[in-house]
Amino acid sequence: MATEEHGDEAAHGPMEQFEIKPLIDLNLGGYDISYTNSALFMTLAVICTFSLFWAATRKRTMIPSRIQSIGELMFEFVAGMVKENVGKEGMKYFPFIFTLFVFILFGNVLGLLPYSFTFTSHIIVNAALAVFIFVAVTIIGFATHGLHYLRLFCPAGTPLPVAIVLVPIEIMSYFIRPVSLSLRLFANMLAGHVLLKVLAGFVISLGIFGIVPFLAVGAVTMLEIMVALIQAYVFALLSTIYLNDAVHLH
Amino acid sequence: MPQFDPSTFSSQLFWLLICFVVLYWVISKFAIPRIGDILEQRERVVQDDLDRAESLKGEAEQALADYEAAMADAREQARTLMFKVTSDAKAAAEARNKDIGEELTTQIADAEQRIATARDEAMASLTSIAADAAKDAASRLAGLDVNSGDAEAAVSSAMKGNA
Repeated sequence: MATEEHGDEAAHGPMEQFEIKPLIDLNLGGYDISYTNSALFMTLAVICTFSLFWAATRKRTMIPSRIQSIGELMFEFVAGMVKENVGKEGMKYFPFIFTLFVFILFGNVLGLLPYSFTFTSHIIVNAALAVFIFVAVTIIGFATHGLHYLRLFCPAGTPLPVAIVLVPIEIMSYFIRPVSLSLRLFANMLAGHVLLKVLAGFVISLGIFGIVPFLAVGAVTMLEIMVALIQAYVFALLSTIYLNDAVHLH
Repeated sequence: MPQFDPSTFSSQLFWLLICFVVLYWVISKFAIPRIGDILEQRERVVQDDLDRAESLKGEAEQALADYEAAMADAREQARTLMFKVTSDAKAAAEARNKDIGEELTTQIADAEQRIATARDEAMASLTSIAADAAKDAASRLAGLDVNSGDAEAAVSSAMKGNA
């Protein structure tokens, strides 16, 4: 009987982990701004980032300690990515890209801890970030190149018949950017967590044979850690590539 | 799907804005300057070390060049000195040779002089001896008493005739 109950509990829907639960009810001008489990993990991401860089830069040694190496590595990784894709002019956007990378990284990684919440598995969060990047890139593009920025859709020297086909495709691909950017992260996080939850449910319901899905959960967790890192990298990388279009019209 | 429940959007967006702005501040005002500082400092130290290595290398090269110049100088000096000593010795040898040669020439000349004198004396005494011998022979063989002056004149003319 007791096992049955446990089984029932573990068999909670795989979507339950994504539920937003208010922790503190708040209201601002008719809008619900409750402090939720999502907000809690966003706060944790900020605190973890601060702690990481505080620990990394506490001693400031010539030969870095492990934690200092992690901080330096992240810094140089993102700085290198921005410099490589956008060049020296892009370095003024480096703090933003770095913030984006670290925020998504901690969102993904913290979400892998048991009983935690993954705020990057919510499309609205990713969409907000992606739309912000899209709007910012468009503004930077027009501010830097004026109306020449429209050349992005039709590179100089394109023959007319090609242009008739090319321009609509280019325009479409430009406007699809925020959608693909946010959906990619959302789908990866959603699928990974659903898979983990489903596998974890089998561990209990299969009894002694639960060892098989249990091992699978271990393996998939490894995979999900990799996905968490890669998706944070991809999100930041695509942002720098979009930024490059705006800064250097090809 | 809880993801498509619009009633949670406002709170998610609100806290996303707050957290992202705070995180941006943490990154741009705290993390980047501090990490950047560390990296810059390290780069400076490494660059300093490289510069020092470069200057030390330059010094070493300078020292080597100095050494080589000193060596060349010394070799040159040695060569000059050697040349000078050799030529001095040669000059001295030549001078001595010349002195000895002169001395020898003088001695040879003296000796020749002495020989000539001795020969003349011998020649002169030869006439009188021959005259004496001729006078003795004349008196003994022919019983003639020839006076010495005639005998001498006769010998001289005979010798001249012979010569």
